[in-house]
Amino acid sequence: MRFISPEAYAKTLVAVVQDYSLLCGRAVANIFSHPRYIADTFTQMDSIGVGSLPIVVLTGFFTGCVLALQAAVSLKTFGAVNMTGELVTLSMVKELGPVLTGLMVSGRNASGMASELGSMKVTEQIDAMRALGTDPIRKLVTPRLVATVFMLFFLTIISDACGIAGGAFVSVTMLKLNGGNFFHTGYLSLVHGDIVEGLVKPLFSGFIIATIGCYYGLKTTGGTRGVGRSTTQAVVASSVLIILVDFLVTQLMIGIFGR
Amino acid sequence: MADTLVSSQISELIAAGKPMLEFDNVSIGFEGNQVLVGVTFSVAHGETRILLGPAGGGKSVLMKLANGLIEPDTGEIRVFGRSLKEMTQRELFEMRAHIGMVFQESALFDSLNVEDNVAYRLHEEHVDPVEVHERVVEVLQFVELEKAIDKFPAELSGGMRRRVSIARAIISRPDLILYDSPMGGLDPITSNTIIELVVKQRDVSHTTCLLITHRLQDAFTLATHRYNLQKLCMESIPDGGIATETRFLVLNEGKVVFDGTTLELTHTEDPWLRRYIE
Repeated sequence: MRFISPEAYAKTLVAVVQDYSLLCGRAVANIFSHPRYIADTFTQMDSIGVGSLPIVVLTGFFTGCVLALQAAVSLKTFGAVNMTGELVTLSMVKELGPVLTGLMVSGRNASGMASELGSMKVTEQIDAMRALGTDPIRKLVTPRLVATVFMLFFLTIISDACGIAGGAFVSVTMLKLNGGNFFHTGYLSLVHGDIVEGLVKPLFSGFIIATIGCYYGLKTTGGTRGVGRSTTQAVVASSVLIILVDFLVTQLMIGIFGR
Repeated sequence: MADTLVSSQISELIAAGKPMLEFDNVSIGFEGNQVLVGVTFSVAHGETRILLGPAGGGKSVLMKLANGLIEPDTGEIRVFGRSLKEMTQRELFEMRAHIGMVFQESALFDSLNVEDNVAYRLHEEHVDPVEVHERVVEVLQFVELEKAIDKFPAELSGGMRRRVSIARAIISRPDLILYDSPMGGLDPITSNTIIELVVKQRDVSHTTCLLITHRLQDAFTLATHRYNLQKLCMESIPDGGIATETRFLVLNEGKVVFDGTTLELTHTEDPWLRRYIE
C-alpha cells in the first residue's frame, strides 16, 4: 500500500471540494439560463421519482410498522400506549421519513448516476458530447439535480404517509388500539414547524444525491474498475452527507421553531 | 449550421487567408510526464494535415487540445483566429459546434440509435425533424450506412461505428474536422473504406481537417489519391501526382520533428524520419 504525505492529502481534499463546489455552482446556474433540457428533466423525474416509488413505499410502511411495535413496548411501561400514534407520526414526519427516503433514493439513484455518467466518461461519450458543442453539466447534471430535488420532496411525503399507515396497521391489528385515536393523536401532535422540518430535509438530500452521484460519475477514471469505484464512493459519500446535513438542518429547525 | 458569431469570424479568416488552426509553442504534461513540448504548427483553410508518429507520442492529446477539451500548460492555441484561452465556456461550446470530431473509439452514445447519434447536433440546434431525417439519410448514404439507421451502436461492427462517427462529425457541415485514428484497429478493406470517405470529404466539401494515423500506407494513400465524382470512387492522381492540400506533421516524443509537404517528407534526410518512413 502506498502512503501519501498529509500535505498532498490535504491538497487533494481541497481540490475535490473545489471541483465539487464548481460543479454544484454551474449545475444550479444552468437552471436560470438557456438552453434548458426539459425533456431530459422529465425523463429523469420518471426514472428517479416513479422508479423509486416501490422501495420508498415499502421502506416507509415497514418502518412505521416497526416503530409502532417498538414504541408500544416502551410506552406500555408508562401506561401511555395510546400515544403510539403521536410517536409514530412525529418520528416519521420529522426524521425517519426524510432520512430513510433520502438514504433509499441515494442507494438507488446516486449509484445509478455515478455508474451511468462514469461509463460515459470512460468510453469518451462525455468528451464526444463536449466536442459536439453540448455542455455535459447542462445536459446531464442539471436535469438530474432538478428531478431529484423535486421528486424526493414528494417521495418523502409518500413515505411519511406510508409510515403512518404502517404504524396504524400494526396498532390496530396487533396492538388492538383504536385506529381513530391513532390518527387523531398523531394529527394533534404535529405543528407547523414539524412539517416544515420534514419537508426542508428532502430538498437538501435531493441536492446531495444528484450532485454527489454526478460528481463521482464525471470524475471517473480507470475503465470499468473505475466505474465500480465511483459508484461505491458516490453511495457512501451521499449517505454520510445526508445524515450529516440532517443533523445540521435539525439543529437549525430547533433554533427556528424551538422544537 | 446556425449562423453565429463564429461563422462570421470564419468567413473573415478565409477571406484574409489566415490559418484555421494554430498551435504556438504549446506544451502539456500529466503527472510529471511531458506529453507535448513546444509544439508549433498551423493548418490553412482547405488543408488536410496528416499527423504521424509513434504510439504514445501525444497525437490524441494534441487533437483534444485543438478542440479545447483540455487546456495546455503553456503556449497558445488559436482556432478560427481566436485564442482558446480568451474564450468563455459558452464561447467554447459555440466554437465546437463548428468542429467535427471523430474519436479513436468512435464514442457513439450507446443509448441512442444510429439516427439519433448522427442527428445529435441537429437536435441540439432544434432543426425541424423532417429536415433532420432527410439530412441524416443523406449523410448516412455518404458513408454507405443508410440501412443501419435504426440500429444501436452495440449492434454495429468497429468499421460501421467509425463510419457512423464520421457521419455524426460531418452532418453539421463543420469548418474543421478532427479525425483521431479513424483507421486504427480496422482490417485493410474497412480501413480503405474510411480513407475513401476522408478523401471524399476533402475533395467534395473541401473541409479543413487534421487526421491522425499510425499507418504510413494510409497516409500516403490520402496524399496520392483523389475522389472521382463521375465514377463515384477514389482513384490515384494521374502521373504520380500528389494532393497539394495534404501536408504532414510528424511528432516524436512530444516534439514536432517534421512539418511539410508529402514530397518534403519522402525526400527527408533526417535519419530518424528516414527510418520511420522506411
